[in-house]
Amino acid sequence: MAGRALGMGGGMEPALMGDGRAAGSNGSHEPAFALHVEDLTATYSGDAVLWDVDLNVPPGVLAAIVGPNGAGKSTLLKCVIGAMRPAAGHVYVFGHPYRRQRHRVAYVPQRTSVDWDFPTTALDVVTMGLYGRLGWFRAPRRGESDEALQALALVGMDAYAERQISQLSGGQQQRVFLARALVQDADLYLMDEPFAGVDATTERAIVDLLKDLRARGKTVVAVHHDLQTVATYFDWLALLNVRLIAQGPVTEVYTPEHLRAAYGPRVVLLGVGGHAPES
Amino acid sequence: MEILALFGDFTVRTVAIGAALVGAVAGVLGSFALLRQQSLLGDTLSHAALPGICLGFLIAGSRRLEPILAGALVTGAAAALLVLLLTRTTRIKSDAALGVSLSLFFAFGTVLLTYVQRHAGAAQAGLDAFLFGQAAALVPRDLVVLAVVGGGSLLVVALGWKELKITTFDADFARSLGRPVVLIEFLLTVLIALAVVIGLQLVGVILMVALVIAPAAAARQWARRLEGMVVLAAVFGATSGVVGALVSASIRGLSTGPVIVLVASAIVVASLLLAPERGALWQLAHAFAQRRSLRAHRVLVDLYRLAQDHDDLDYASEQGMLDTYFGRRTGHVLRRLERRGLVSRAHHMPEEGTHWVLTVDGRQQARELIRPFGERDTTLDGATQ
Repeated sequence: MAGRALGMGGGMEPALMGDGRAAGSNGSHEPAFALHVEDLTATYSGDAVLWDVDLNVPPGVLAAIVGPNGAGKSTLLKCVIGAMRPAAGHVYVFGHPYRRQRHRVAYVPQRTSVDWDFPTTALDVVTMGLYGRLGWFRAPRRGESDEALQALALVGMDAYAERQISQLSGGQQQRVFLARALVQDADLYLMDEPFAGVDATTERAIVDLLKDLRARGKTVVAVHHDLQTVATYFDWLALLNVRLIAQGPVTEVYTPEHLRAAYGPRVVLLGVGGHAPES
Repeated sequence: MEILALFGDFTVRTVAIGAALVGAVAGVLGSFALLRQQSLLGDTLSHAALPGICLGFLIAGSRRLEPILAGALVTGAAAALLVLLLTRTTRIKSDAALGVSLSLFFAFGTVLLTYVQRHAGAAQAGLDAFLFGQAAALVPRDLVVLAVVGGGSLLVVALGWKELKITTFDADFARSLGRPVVLIEFLLTVLIALAVVIGLQLVGVILMVALVIAPAAAARQWARRLEGMVVLAAVFGATSGVVGALVSASIRGLSTGPVIVLVASAIVVASLLLAPERGALWQLAHAFAQRRSLRAHRVLVDLYRLAQDHDDLDYASEQGMLDTYFGRRTGHVLRRLERRGLVSRAHHMPEEGTHWVLTVDGRQQARELIRPFGERDTTLDGATQ
């Protein structure tokens, strides 16, 4: 694959163009990048799952991280939030190390990463989004629970507030997770596969939610694996396969060459820059 | 009666208080162990305590509780560390690693125990009571140790409640909030080890794990929230402890541990059967109710279809025909529908069987049942026969 794939330099070019434009049009006092990852390398028991990745996500975009299975997409997010220690490299959130910017970041793990049989209610899970603000020893009070309820309403789940999480459908569980992120009132939202295994209603609700976040000037970086929808749901794209293949505005990155570089030559592309399902 | 009278006895009261404490602490921390799927870690911790008990005794030279518990904690922790080491550095999976560690430490403990009993004098023979637990061995001084260690553990749980909860439910999210998850998990393991260790004298190394798991497993059946589960597990644990201790105290020669564990197991069985929503009987009843309402729906729809076929909304169907159509007797279903005002009896010739007709409400409900499938859906027709 390497022989046919674009090298790092080739992949980087559109990214730089995209960045420059985004940063320029933004023109605020904010740093140029909402998320800036530098030379990130991560390994699982000796094997590199991320190799020398440089990622620059401008503020205010809906960014998708796309790549085949085992491309290191989730690992990248885990390195950002400090759940995994990278072998090398740095991560900056709005120009500062993550440690100092935690309050501006909301992380949504993969839905399947937790035990949904845990004895708790939907409202309770959303309230966990406020634990960061509450600190170690303060218990959530009435005000906090009202906030959590509002966040549940935003994802259309307020009627399920007192429902056991084990009794929710997959899509409802995902919406509860998103409500927990909303209640954090962050500037950067990191979502691991928010569309995985959800029903059509939830998928539409999530898309609306993402667009609403963008309208409010928030940045979203989501791991996504559906090539069919990436161009319609997102406006910024990073193609990843252990190495970063390309990054930039979807219109520039979502091309046959880049997709082939990420997925290998067997990826079948239907239409020009349109649908590109895996063969 | 006899058992209640035992409360008047000073020794028995001491034992009961101790057992309540041990059970409550085990219930609380067992809840976390259970939810973290670390139940078997408790088993390894308690078996691995045996060599520590013997070493604590040998070093202190007496049967005082503190050095013995300290020894138990140390070898328990060493066993847990060995499990971690095995899973991290070899290809052995965690269940096998737990088994290896457990048997290694327990074998070592058994060897030490026989050595101590043979060489360290007759007065020390009581050490083997740690295998199955002995209520009578508990003296008031020990209660202080149990209360301090157990109470301290509960206080830590109360103070760190949010952190323990969030780490147990969603460790990655806890990390994203900047919580020191590794430290919290380590703390939790130490607390579970402490809960195991303070119960060793009463319940014994072999069965202590049951007192950690059983109350939590039972409480999980009833509780809707972690708060409720932990409190209920504490109550279940304390109850098992007290009842078990009293029973074993009232019957000469009965080891305490097994009796406590039997009581706890009885609570588990009852919970597995009876708890709402998760209990087996509840689920059975739920399935039964569902089947019943499904049958009622089918009869309603059949009546409606028959009326449609005859182009007469007030068409009265004969019960015998419905029975045939339905493939089984419909009398009880129809009578239940009649009570709900959805069907009514229509009068025909006296020599004919009962005829049934849909009421206005019944017609309405039948239409609602059909609507999602389309007005004249043939597959539904097929399915109803």
